[in-house]
Amino acid sequence: MSTNPQERATPEHSAWSRENRLVEIRREAERKGYVDGLGVRLPGAPFPIASPETGYYGVHLLKEPQWSWEIPPYFFVGGAAGSAAVIGAIAHWTGRDKKLARDCRLIAAGGAILSSGLLISDLGRPARFLAMLRVFKPQSPMSMGAWTLAAFGSFAGAAAFAQLAAENFGLPVQMLGNIAEGLSAAAGLPFSNYTGVLIGATAIPVWNEHIGSLPIHFGMSGLNSAVGILELMGHKNPALNTLGIGAAAIESLEGANIELSKKTSVEPLKRGMSGLITRLGGALSGPVPLALRIAAAFYGSRRAMKLRKAAAISSVAGSMLTRIAWVHAGHVSARDWRLPLEIADQNKELPSIAREGSAVNKMAKRA
Amino acid sequence: MSTTTAFFTDATLCIGCKACEVACKEWNGISADGFNWTGNSYDNSGSLGHSTWRHVKFVEHSPEPGLGGNNPDLASWVFSSDVCKHCEKAGCLEACPTGAIVRTEFGGVFVQPDICNGCSYCVVACPFGVVQRNEEDGRAFKCTFCYDRQKVGLHPACSTACPTESIKFGPIDAMKMVAQERLEELQARGMDDACVYDPSNTSVEGIHAMFLVRGDPRQYNLPPNPEVPTIYNKAGWTSSAVAAGLLLVGSLFAFLGSAKQ
Repeated sequence: MSTNPQERATPEHSAWSRENRLVEIRREAERKGYVDGLGVRLPGAPFPIASPETGYYGVHLLKEPQWSWEIPPYFFVGGAAGSAAVIGAIAHWTGRDKKLARDCRLIAAGGAILSSGLLISDLGRPARFLAMLRVFKPQSPMSMGAWTLAAFGSFAGAAAFAQLAAENFGLPVQMLGNIAEGLSAAAGLPFSNYTGVLIGATAIPVWNEHIGSLPIHFGMSGLNSAVGILELMGHKNPALNTLGIGAAAIESLEGANIELSKKTSVEPLKRGMSGLITRLGGALSGPVPLALRIAAAFYGSRRAMKLRKAAAISSVAGSMLTRIAWVHAGHVSARDWRLPLEIADQNKELPSIAREGSAVNKMAKRA
Repeated sequence: MSTTTAFFTDATLCIGCKACEVACKEWNGISADGFNWTGNSYDNSGSLGHSTWRHVKFVEHSPEPGLGGNNPDLASWVFSSDVCKHCEKAGCLEACPTGAIVRTEFGGVFVQPDICNGCSYCVVACPFGVVQRNEEDGRAFKCTFCYDRQKVGLHPACSTACPTESIKFGPIDAMKMVAQERLEELQARGMDDACVYDPSNTSVEGIHAMFLVRGDPRQYNLPPNPEVPTIYNKAGWTSSAVAAGLLLVGSLFAFLGSAKQ
């Protein structure tokens, strides 16, 4: 350092005074057998302290999620594929749009393959995925998700295979394809939104705080992206626009719900980088496509399709950003050491439990 | 039938020697994790993790006569050896999708390393932030409650190594009694701030590693209300069903209302 030590250090902090003080301490110890008063104050003091207000030096208790980059795209692909399977099956059964149903089968199957690839890649070693199928554990959302993925993948794959086999080789497998399509839609219903339960049922405050709305949020985000992908593939069915309006409206409500919440645990969704991504994703999945789609519903055909394509791009991007934002917010929330210790922001009122004294202290008092 | 066992860690007896950390690493063959000072008192291992199954906390705070010496000018200094709590209702065990995490006959929570597939869901399910995935290996690790040692009638490595009997180990009922007696003894000696940390009135329903600490347990990073995440399942799946209903009914409504293409 080029700074002159004379300028920087007060006499108390200088190396010379420290040595002097040590000599004093030695003398005093020799004379009296003990030392009164302070020892040597080092530069850099005061050192971090542990207290009911700072916790253990502000070291966060909870561990950050350790999922790799594959997980937000996995949430996105699963949401889109699951919703596409349901849209396709209904377009087929209602006899409204056979071409749409065909493309939905392909999206569902492609999404299932991509999902499995992402999940297996996150585990590090492919064979490890098989351990997921050892047990069926209703209390574990991860176990339920693995089974849902296995079922969805099998049925969606079969439906798409039957479709392609019938088209290209004229094989009489339409019936099998239709059954598989129905089953893939049934599995697609939970598959499109279970990831909301997956992250909601954890110890991470910002996630478990939203357990009641996360599956709906993720489900609608998935629907939004499925509709967007189908429109970008060239489908013009007005039913897609109607679905898009519904999904964007619910996404807008969820965005408002987050913005209006005053809880400390919601901060990662509003502040910093994670807050920025949440807001950007929220705007692109909610109000932006909602306005574009409503406008499209009132316009003539050519202009309407342009608006719908813009809404589609916005929803797909918004849906992906939303998943990135929630995972990012989970990291930020886990690092907030105040939350699990129920230490409130100094500017805010203490939560009731902290005010009344912790459960532990109450127990100790009773004992 | 085997006895259900527990740790009882008495922070008032801990001298911060880290013999428990070393004994744990030695016995379990845990890899080294560098030698970095955290700057938080004499703590150099930071927190519990995949390579730290016992962690000695150095709780240093403003002077409090009676706590860490009587000199009003010197900071108070206490130590406490932290460990996996082996919850009665364990978040990691409930969340594990492979069945790798099991409850042993001694009441401990054990991760079977040959089954763990590294999904890291237990990491976010633990309300105490104990279990962690080893990024190099890919699997999750935490305190085994020395299952191998208990199996042959030995005490865990940490409690065996503890030179001051700060870490006590034995049948859970006996440990609870010891904790209560020690608490009463300390309070009789005027240490009114002593308390036993055993969150049995939360959804975790009690732990197999109780602690006796002086002052607010929060300065030892012990959460007042740890909750097992399965309590959120019901609300989550209800919301999932609502979302599925919206998707199904919405699609039916949209397509039935539209013209044939």
